[in-house]
Amino acid sequence: MMRRVKTKLTSKWATAAAIIIAVVWSVPTFGLFVTSFRPAAKQVGPRSNGWWNAFVDWDFTFKNYADVLTPAGSQSANLSQYFVNSVAIVIPVTIFVLVLASMAAYVFAWGKFKGRDALFIFVFALQIIPLQMALIPLLQFFTQTLHLPAGSYAQLWIAHTMFGLPLGIFLLHNFISEIPGEVIEAARVDGAGHSTIFWRIILPLSVPALASLAIFQFLWVWNDLLVALVFSGGTADVAPITQRLAEISGTRGARDYLNPAAAFVSIIIPLLVFFGLQRYFVRGLLSGGLKG
Amino acid sequence: MDFIGGKLLQVVIALAIFAAIIGIIMLVVDRAPKSVKDKVTVAGFLAPAGILMLVGLVYPAVRTSMLAFTDASGNGNGFDNFVWMFTQPEALTTLRNTVIWTVLVPLLSTSFGLAYAVFIDKARGEKVLKSLVFMPMAISFVGAGIIWKLVYDYRGPGLEQTGVINFLRDALGLDPKQFLLDAPENTIFLIVVMVWIQTGFAMVILSAAIKGVPVELIEAARLDGANAWQQFRNVTVPGIRGALVVVLTTITIATLKVFDIVRTMTAGNYDTSVVANEMYTQAFRAGEPGRGAALALILFLMVLPIVVYNARVLRKQREIH
Repeated sequence: MMRRVKTKLTSKWATAAAIIIAVVWSVPTFGLFVTSFRPAAKQVGPRSNGWWNAFVDWDFTFKNYADVLTPAGSQSANLSQYFVNSVAIVIPVTIFVLVLASMAAYVFAWGKFKGRDALFIFVFALQIIPLQMALIPLLQFFTQTLHLPAGSYAQLWIAHTMFGLPLGIFLLHNFISEIPGEVIEAARVDGAGHSTIFWRIILPLSVPALASLAIFQFLWVWNDLLVALVFSGGTADVAPITQRLAEISGTRGARDYLNPAAAFVSIIIPLLVFFGLQRYFVRGLLSGGLKG
Repeated sequence: MDFIGGKLLQVVIALAIFAAIIGIIMLVVDRAPKSVKDKVTVAGFLAPAGILMLVGLVYPAVRTSMLAFTDASGNGNGFDNFVWMFTQPEALTTLRNTVIWTVLVPLLSTSFGLAYAVFIDKARGEKVLKSLVFMPMAISFVGAGIIWKLVYDYRGPGLEQTGVINFLRDALGLDPKQFLLDAPENTIFLIVVMVWIQTGFAMVILSAAIKGVPVELIEAARLDGANAWQQFRNVTVPGIRGALVVVLTTITIATLKVFDIVRTMTAGNYDTSVVANEMYTQAFRAGEPGRGAALALILFLMVLPIVVYNARVLRKQREIH
């Protein structure tokens, strides 16, 4: 039965179309990958040519990567510093969002108080506030009210956490509310308090949803440019790799040949996270949106 | 590499402070007298997230709404910013571009994603084929900008082309084209980048939904003599309607907020600006926070109908449960 349904649906044309889409979607990234290993003279200037010629010339080098990673002179991309910044920003933010969002989601799913559903819908709606709308007042609040030091991670950590919470609460709530009530009731009969139930039962049972939210949050913060532009101050002490990448690719010049290698350095971590954990990623997205 | 030590220390201190705050909350919740225990729990568990969202989202949204009615020096100027937005040619171009983005990106991404999901369903190597199209999702908009600049690269006529598309044009005997400079079609070439990123998202969600459509239904339609297109049209599409709405909503919201692609590829020059980018330019580059805020407010109003719709669906779901 299955066989026949399958042969009916996938004609030769469909296969051809699928192959074309797959090729068109992967060629740009592949081109960047190849270009990042080509010598400067082949990328810019009179003797340059398209990246596909690399397979004819067979001329590859690691020099671009060495140049973007090591601090050599004031003009250097110095990416390793910014790379560390990205890691230092993304790890605390992911932990903050996971813990705070799951606490709130637990109460929204299992707490009993007036106006719970209305408040939950309000939190869901917060997702829609464009970041652009929040940036100016938040920056004033950080510097004038809280006196957070400019040029430290604190502003970025707090801002990213704030922006990540609505989606986090929404995704985790969908998962946590489907944990069987008997499990929680049994623990309560045994005398467990709310904090015990939360840490010993809710969190361990929510691992798939937590994993998917973690990936989501990780990719989102790692790839962010807007929040970084507003809050980081742009120095090598704080700014993430995306901001540096936007800087060096924005200025046209003799060092253009470094852009592909720099871009690939910034892409490699999210790609690894993504390919390593994509199973969870998909599962978490589904628990978030497809019910009902 | 001595800079790593200092940065690591900051991270450790932040995590320690965070752990201390959470620990205190848990302690208070556990020690609360029985009569108020449930109330204290609700308050304690909600407070950190609640305060952060109030300060980071609700309060700024209200402030920005008020800022939208002031001029560069902070004095009230009524609807001047909105008049500027709907009369100045550059501002109108920005609005027009945003509309084009919001119509084309969700439509194209969902169509390509759905077609691809159907074509590779149960095919050999489905996982690898999926990964290829899903991969751009993991790449930052900045990275995507650099990737596509390479694709769109331009050299003068007669020179050897280094961009893939101009190389192909050359091979077909066409003149090379400056994809990012020639308005108005350059907006379309920026949209291609966003479609490239969002198609994978649509494909993965829709593919999972397609697998949820009962095989018996498709088989029954086939026995009734429906061809592949009719099976797709009359059985598959109605079966995945919920997923289609989710995909369209999510991509539409992401598109309305799109900023980084325009910022890194053209910086909004050559008539390619969109509302989110123009808002940044006005507020942080041109010293016109009032205009920036007005643009942000317009953005919010554009997204509002989508929220209302989704909140309704959500409320219905919760009533059923």
